[in-house]
Order: sequence, then C-alpha cells, then structure tokens
Amino acid sequence: MKSEFLLQIKDLKASIDNKSIIKGLSLEVKPGEIHAIMGPNGSGKSTLANVLTGRDLVTVTDGSVTFEGRNLLDMSPEERAREGIFLSFQYPIEIPGVSMVNFMKTAINEQRKHRGLEPLSASEFLSQMREKKELVEIDSALTNRSVNEGFSGGEKKKNEIFQMAMLEPRLALLDETDSGLDIDALRIVANGVNKIRSADTSVIVITHYQRLLDYIIPDFVHVMFDGRIVKSAGPELALELEKRGYDWIRKEADIAEESWITDRKL
Amino acid sequence: MENDQDKVLNEVTSGEYKYGFVTDIETEVIPKGLTEDVVRLISAKKQEPEWMLEFRLKAFRHWLTMKMPAWANLKIPEINYQDIIFYAAPRQRPAPGSLSEVDPQLIKTFDKLGIPLEEQKRLTGVAVDAVMDSISVKTTFRETLAELGIIFCSFSEAVREHPSLVQKYLASVVPYTDNFFATLNSAVFSDGSFCYIPKDVRCPMELSTYFRINTSNTGQFERTLLIADEESYVSYLEGCTAPMRDENQLHAAVVEIVAERGAEVKYSTVQNWYPGDRDGKGGILNFVTKRGMCKGDDSKISWTQVETGSAITWKYPSCILRGNNSTGEFYSVAVTNNYQQADTGTKMIHIGKNTKSTIVSKGISAGFGQNSYRGLVKVLGKAEGARNFSQCDSLLLGDKCGAHTFPYIEVDNPSAIVEHEATTSRIGEDQIFYCNQRGISTEDAIGLIVNGYAREVINKLPMEFAVEAQKLLQISLEGSVG
Ligand SMILES: Nc1ncnc2c1ncn2[C@@H]1O[C@H](COP(=O)(O)OP(=O)(O)OP(=O)(O)O)[C@@H](O)[C@H]1O
Ligand SMILES: [Mg+2]
Repeated sequence: MKSEFLLQIKDLKASIDNKSIIKGLSLEVKPGEIHAIMGPNGSGKSTLANVLTGRDLVTVTDGSVTFEGRNLLDMSPEERAREGIFLSFQYPIEIPGVSMVNFMKTAINEQRKHRGLEPLSASEFLSQMREKKELVEIDSALTNRSVNEGFSGGEKKKNEIFQMAMLEPRLALLDETDSGLDIDALRIVANGVNKIRSADTSVIVITHYQRLLDYIIPDFVHVMFDGRIVKSAGPELALELEKRGYDWIRKEADIAEESWITDRKL
Repeated sequence: MENDQDKVLNEVTSGEYKYGFVTDIETEVIPKGLTEDVVRLISAKKQEPEWMLEFRLKAFRHWLTMKMPAWANLKIPEINYQDIIFYAAPRQRPAPGSLSEVDPQLIKTFDKLGIPLEEQKRLTGVAVDAVMDSISVKTTFRETLAELGIIFCSFSEAVREHPSLVQKYLASVVPYTDNFFATLNSAVFSDGSFCYIPKDVRCPMELSTYFRINTSNTGQFERTLLIADEESYVSYLEGCTAPMRDENQLHAAVVEIVAERGAEVKYSTVQNWYPGDRDGKGGILNFVTKRGMCKGDDSKISWTQVETGSAITWKYPSCILRGNNSTGEFYSVAVTNNYQQADTGTKMIHIGKNTKSTIVSKGISAGFGQNSYRGLVKVLGKAEGARNFSQCDSLLLGDKCGAHTFPYIEVDNPSAIVEHEATTSRIGEDQIFYCNQRGISTEDAIGLIVNGYAREVINKLPMEFAVEAQKLLQISLEGSVG
C-alpha cells in the first residue's frame, strides 16, 4: 500500500539518557513539499533529525514514523540513508585519512547497490563529481582532501550540500545548514536545495533565520517548542517570528497545553 | 586500483579467521621437549654438516643460561619448552604419475590459502618458498631465477648446497647470543628461506615465503637469510597463517639481511598468524628477531610490516646502518583486537656517516587489545650528519583498548638531527554515524577509516599484497565497534 505521505510522524516521543526530549510530535510530509522547522535553542530540532536518521543515542519511547509507508524506526541508519534520507549535519564530522573521493564513491555505490544498480564506473563517477561541484561552487582543492578535515565552518556546510547533490535523496533534512554562511554561500546552498527539489523530493529545513527562507520558499513553517510542534502555518509565519520572536508563541503554546491537559481523559 | 580495492573490501563479509583449518596429512614428529639430543636429532633429520650442528649446540648451551626477557609491555603466559614439539614435517606422498614432487594434499592446502604452488597458476612476477611446520615444501621459479645467478631455496638446502655463503653470513647480523628467542631459534631452527642476489642483479620478481603452522603443539622456528650483493636489488615478502587452536603455539623466527655496497632490499611482512578467539584463548605467540645490516656504503634496507595476527607479537625489525650514506626504513601497521597484545617497533643504529632512517608506525587497537610501539634511534659518535625521522601514531577503537609508545633516543654525535612525532586518535561514534548516514555500513566505515589511516604504510607494500593487506585490516577489526 503506497502512502500519500513520504514521511509520517505520529505522536513521537523520544528521550536521551532517560530524559524526555521529544514529547509528542506529529508531522506529515508529502512528496515534493518543503517544510521549515524553527524554534528556540534546545527545543529538540536536532534530536528530531537524529531520530529520523537512526542515531542510537536517542531512544524512541512512543509513537511511529513511516517513510513511504514503511516503518522507519525498524531500519538501521545506513538503510535509511540508502532508502533516500539525507541529513545535512548541524556540525559536520571530520574523518582524517579518508578522501572525499573515496568516501563519496563508497556512499554512492552502497546506495546504488541497495537499489539494485551497478556501481558507477570511474568516469561516470568523476563526471558526476564535476557536475555537482560546479553546482555548489565548491573548490576541487576541497574534494581532494580528507572528509571535512580542516574545512572552515562554511566549507563544511557547502560540502554537506555537495554530498546531498551527489546522493540525490528523497528526503533531505537540513539542520541549520545556513548558520555560519556568508551571503554568497547562502545563495549557493539555497540554489543546491532548489535544484534537487522536485515533484518527489522533499526537504525539511531546520533554521533560526528567515533569510534562508527568502531563497527556499517553504510550503509550511512549524514552530517547535520543548519537544513539540506548537504552531504550523504557511511561509508568513517565519516572517512573523523574525519580527516578534518566540514569546507570543510560548504564551499561545502554554494555553494550548493547558487545554490539552484538561481535555485528557485520566 | 581504487576500484579493485573497493571490490576486495566489498567481498569481505565474515569476520571469522579464514585460515583456521587443519590439513589432514601424515606428519613426522619427534617427541616433545628440548634437550641436547633433540638439537642433534633435528640436525640429523636435516642431514646437516658438522659445522651446522656445532652452531646449534653452542646456541643451545648458551640458551640454557638465559632468561626470558621481561621488559616488553606484554602479559606472556608461561611457556613450557618441554611441552613443545620442535620438529614436525609433513610426509609427502606425490601423486603417482605426477610430474610434481609435492603431495597433492599440500598443493590443496596452499591453494586454499591462496598460494598456488604450480608455477603456471602463480601470479606472474612472484616466486614462493612454501614452508609447512618445520620444512620447506616447494620453492617455485627457482630455475628462472637461477639463470640470473639468484639463489632462492629453502634454508636446509642452502646449508647443503651453498655452505660457504651460509657460513659467511649466518649469524653475522643476529649473533647466536643475541637474545633469548634468537638463541633458541639458533639451536632448533627448522626451515626457512635462503636468498642470494649476485652483484649488479635486479631481481625481476617478488620473492616470497609463506609460512604455515599445521601440527598442534609444535613450535615454528624458521630462519631466513637474505644477502644482496653489491648494487643488487630485491623485494621480498613473507606471509603466514596457522590453524585455530585452543592452546598457544610458539613461533620464534630469525630473519637476517645483509646489504652490500649500493644494494637495496625491501622486506615486507603480512603477518596473520591465528590471533586467538574473542576471549583471548589460543593464538600464536610470535617472538621474532629481524635485523638488517646495511654493510656497504649507499645501501638501503626497508622493512614494511602489516601485523594483524598472533595473540602476542614481540618484534623489532631493525637496521644497522654501517655503510656511509646508507638508509634504513621501517613502516609498520600493527592491529590488536580482542585480547591481542603487540609490543613492536624498530631499532635504527646509525654508525656510518650521513646515514638516514625513517620510522612510520601506525598502531590500531580495538576490543581489549594492547598495542605498544617501542623504538630505539641510536646515533654513534662517528655518524656525522645522521638523520632520523620518526612518526608514531595510535588509533583507538572503543575505550577498553590501549596504546603506548616507548621511544628511546640516544645521540652521540652533535651533528645528528633526530625528529619524533606522535599522535593518538580515536574512531568516534560520530564518525561512524556520519558514514552510516551516507549509506555506508559500520564495518565498511571502519575499513575506510583504518585503511585511510594506514595508507602511508600499505602503499609501501607490493601492489597485489597491498590489496590483501587492506582486506586483512578490515577483517581483523570486524565486530570491534557497535
Ligand atoms: N547527547 C546528548 N546528551 C544529553 N542531552 C542532549 C544530547 N543531545 C541533545 N541533548 C539535549 O536535548 C535537548 C534538545 O537538543 P537539540 O540539539 O535537539 O536542540 P535544537 O533544537 O537542535 O537546538 P539548537 O537550535 O541549539 O541547535 C537539549 O536540552 C539538549 O541539551
Ligand atoms: Mg540543533
């Protein structure tokens, strides 16, 4: 049975070291949609990305997550990646001694194998590298180095988008890919995202700033607060947040929470 | 090349020790234990001349006065020398009507190890001396090599056929009094390879020795002597495996290299003796003395080792840089997983003027493995202009393993330049996850990271063995994370 949703999160609860972090979160993403998630520091945005990508330091305690109708939580992290979930890390990891080329080639071919495709030939691979490098305007000097080793903050973020472009995911999670970027880099990153955006590629953009959303126009903006999505609306919500901050939402949310508590059958 | 490497890496699916089988072949063994009579018996079995027996006896008598060294950073189980068989030889029964003088059982065994003994099946460009337990089974390509005047044969044969060369060079680099295990080896050594490259000859193929322990309760004590005459060149490789057994088995080898003026010797080892099981039961106790003498000016000896096997490794391939402008190199990757222990490194002794040495040591520890680098750089008073560069890196997987470095530097000449760098790093859970998130499995991620880390050393190996070594590194670390 094919679901109309690419990703469907239902009443998700998750904790780290027995501390509850995600406290009942639901989100539905259809193919081709762009969702922005905003929210104050520590509200659980990266934790949500970790749950979706299968990082084992987070324990799911309740709820369900399906990806194309299949139970995502049953899959290993690499299986999720091979199924087409890509995370642009908030803090990309350095892997000394492993060349970008070798890393990318291994990743692509593992994903191809999963889809029953032959590995790329060396020349196909290199031409794909070249094409995507141009797309994100990343220097060859960078892709000839070890994975993220000694890259500047902005270079690391660009490198994430480069990898995204190479891997052509079905669902891209961008965790604050815009922070630490100069204006040019921001445009490049947004460009990269808009290029992979298609009828069946969806994107979840986690960000603190409206400025990225000037380039990547979201279909929905969600505000996350203490492990929950407390408000969802169209792109205008981001503008409002930029103007007014989070306080008004906090108040609204408190009220909502109270009513939710009193409504509950005990 | 990269494609090839990937393919090999991908083929690896199981973390079990692949070489743990036993060959069912009739074997001639002598009774357990070590006495002067046993030394005489070994010598007699090998039909050795009197001078060889005298050498053994001298060594044996000296050994009786020695104690096992205790300075290594190793926990060594008690070794009962009266409980070891010092000579075991497969009884060969050639197939009737076959041209080959080798027992088909042995051909099958070495085939299974990936070492075909029939020359037409061999990768071109590699000659092999195959040693099982105490004897050499077969040396390939000897006729081809003989045309160039190269002698490549078993050590026993060299004693019979080339006694003057053996007498001239044997124990000239590792004297029989050198250390407990070298002395033991001098008394009871069984077989090994002998190689002589004449003046001005560049050996056209890789020479290699493949050591296999088969019989239980046996020790293996091979002896290798490699002589590169003036302006010659040879690249030599040794590999080794053993069956899986619950008891420890002793391996105490000696390798001596002599490089005359302008000669160059590359000696590579891929050591994959049985490492014991996950709980540290069984495995080979590997106590090896390897030393090369850059005897003539402008000579060069280069050691490359990839050590993944053995329960315990105690091994310091060294160079005595006697000739002026001579060069010594040591490139090492040592892996300890589960309960494996390694204390390995090198000695670079600078005697001649303008001598150079390079040490690159990469230790990888996982599980409860303990990995020590121990190295000595010694510059004598007359070694004007000596230079050394040492790089010792440790990589840790998990938090129950250990890495240690013991660098010793003794410099008696003020013009010497000695540099030492050391780093310790850890494969982090975050690095593995980053790879996972791109679709790379944990095993492959470790393979990528470890091979990247060890690349500088692996690149020094002859190409086809480099691929093999990469594969080994990955296999030996499987199951070490997550
Ligand atoms: N590994 C961890 N161990 C313990 N607590 C953690 C861990 N990771 C996250 N947390 C906690 O979980 C909560 C949510 O963190 P998370 O990183 O998801 O927030 P975020 O919304 O991404 O914040 P930011 O906007 O600052 O990136 C925080 O209170 C944080 O301290
Ligand atoms: Mg975050």
